[in-house]
Amino acid sequence: MSPLTQKSVADSFSDFVESEEKDFTLRDGSRIAVVGGGPAGSFFTYFLLKMAQAIDLDIEVDIFEPRSFKYCGPAGCNHCGGIVSESLVQTLAAEGIVLPRSVVQRGVESYVVHMDVGDVAIESPVHERRIAALYRGNGPREGCDVELESFDNYLQEMVKGLGANIVPQLITGVENHDDRPFLKYGDGKGERYDLVAMAAGVNSNLINMLGELPGDYEPPKTTRGYICEFRSTKEEIMRILGRAVHVFLLDIPRFEFAAIIPKGQFVTVVMVGEDLDQELVHTFLNDPVVRRTFPTGATPCVCSCSPLINLGARKRPYGDRVVMIGDSGITRLYKDGIGAAFRTGKAAATSAIFHGVSAKDFEKHYWPTCRNIVNDNRVGKVMFATNAIMKNSRITRKAMLRMAQKEQQKDQARPHMSTLLWNMFTGSAPYVEMFRGTLHPGFIYNLMLSLGAALVPGKKAVQPRKKVA
Amino acid sequence: MVGGALGKVYSDREIIIKQGETGDSMYVVQGGRVEVLQDSVKAGEQHLAFLDAGDFFGEMSVFEKEVRSATVRAAGEARVLKIDKKALLTRIREDPLLAVNLLKTMSHRIRKLNEEISRHKKTQL
Repeated sequence: MSPLTQKSVADSFSDFVESEEKDFTLRDGSRIAVVGGGPAGSFFTYFLLKMAQAIDLDIEVDIFEPRSFKYCGPAGCNHCGGIVSESLVQTLAAEGIVLPRSVVQRGVESYVVHMDVGDVAIESPVHERRIAALYRGNGPREGCDVELESFDNYLQEMVKGLGANIVPQLITGVENHDDRPFLKYGDGKGERYDLVAMAAGVNSNLINMLGELPGDYEPPKTTRGYICEFRSTKEEIMRILGRAVHVFLLDIPRFEFAAIIPKGQFVTVVMVGEDLDQELVHTFLNDPVVRRTFPTGATPCVCSCSPLINLGARKRPYGDRVVMIGDSGITRLYKDGIGAAFRTGKAAATSAIFHGVSAKDFEKHYWPTCRNIVNDNRVGKVMFATNAIMKNSRITRKAMLRMAQKEQQKDQARPHMSTLLWNMFTGSAPYVEMFRGTLHPGFIYNLMLSLGAALVPGKKAVQPRKKVA
Repeated sequence: MVGGALGKVYSDREIIIKQGETGDSMYVVQGGRVEVLQDSVKAGEQHLAFLDAGDFFGEMSVFEKEVRSATVRAAGEARVLKIDKKALLTRIREDPLLAVNLLKTMSHRIRKLNEEISRHKKTQL
């Protein structure tokens, strides 16, 4: 039991006074609006309705999403690389959510790291397909003839089945009417809700309209990414890329991270970084290391976009009766955005159902989940900065390659470099865990040995055990 | 082709977990069907249940350090995803509500077991 302090008594008293003044709990008949029908909105709704059902609470949920994810191309797209991480795949399975074959365009079983000094294929630690490559919308433009199911649409159908209403209405603003958030529609009308969950992402204009609400709603810091789709035949893509995501550690000025993800008849190229422009994209796509991983005769850029990417947390992703989830609030740095949408969506729903919807409730029960992500991102920044230094030197690139190749050749008990690269690229583990791994004496010892070997002129890299893809 | 795209494919009658062996993971069926069997000296091999997409098994080894209580094998081609004990327990520590879905299924299985026992007792009387 925690000790009784003057502060805790004061806090409890102020909580009591506040709860006497205003009622911030959801009750039978409460109406909740979710603005944005992507994964964050759907996961929030899923857990909100499931938990409400478990405690016999009768609530109504409206999801406002003007787009239909059944359309291919930009009309139904949510601007995302489309990877569901290993940890999220396992969590979804434990929650009873199975991703069907129609949604998963390719089950990924390895990551191939490409460098100018050589390549290394890092196999899934358990040799099974635990990462899902998928489309958030219904596939790229000019790909309407291909049969596939959108991930966002699949989640939306799942929450529809639980009783959520999907409203194809554009929200043009949020105001405060008699201590309740009021959503303004495009036709000038609007409605009051007991709780509004903002899940519109950073690419929506709505994020800048929250200033009209009382509270400190500073938008998150953003940068631009680049996503583009190439088309070839399924067989050619399988032959060249296999069931692997291909990532690149290249010494190109300003280049940070890029991946090539095979998805059926398409290949998604994703680039992220804080200083990305057309010239850098062109240099990357024409790099000989990148060219050799491309399917021959691929039709370039059947669909491309330059979406905003959340880089930093909102100071306060909540207020009285308003909560921001997924990209609108806090997400993981560069990786596992869908995983962050899941975690923030579930934490916000738990707070709303079991504790209340005041800013104080969200601070106490929602913010800890966000804070964990924020703190982890700080370590992530250090990891990416270290990675940038490592990839800019040919010697360190050779050392990383040598160490990972040696580990992949032998079934080592602790494949230090492979685990680090696997987690770094797949986003399967928190950055803190990856950082801890780099402090392990085994990691440091083997890295030193590999650095020593890389310094010896003429010493060849270890030959890979199997073909790259 | 078996449904689902994640996890590992097991061919018909291929054993996924074996009774008596130690384990450190649970499994979720992604596609196809698996059969749960129990071997005893008295009754020999007995069919306990079929599990379909979304069903899980092997969860007991996540919560207790005992050997597997039953054998599970593919009934036709089946796709099954393995969930590591450490990863699952870490997630449950961060998000205790994750365990609710497991508890619900385990509670349902205990209820079914109770019904079986009472039916068995009635036939003995």
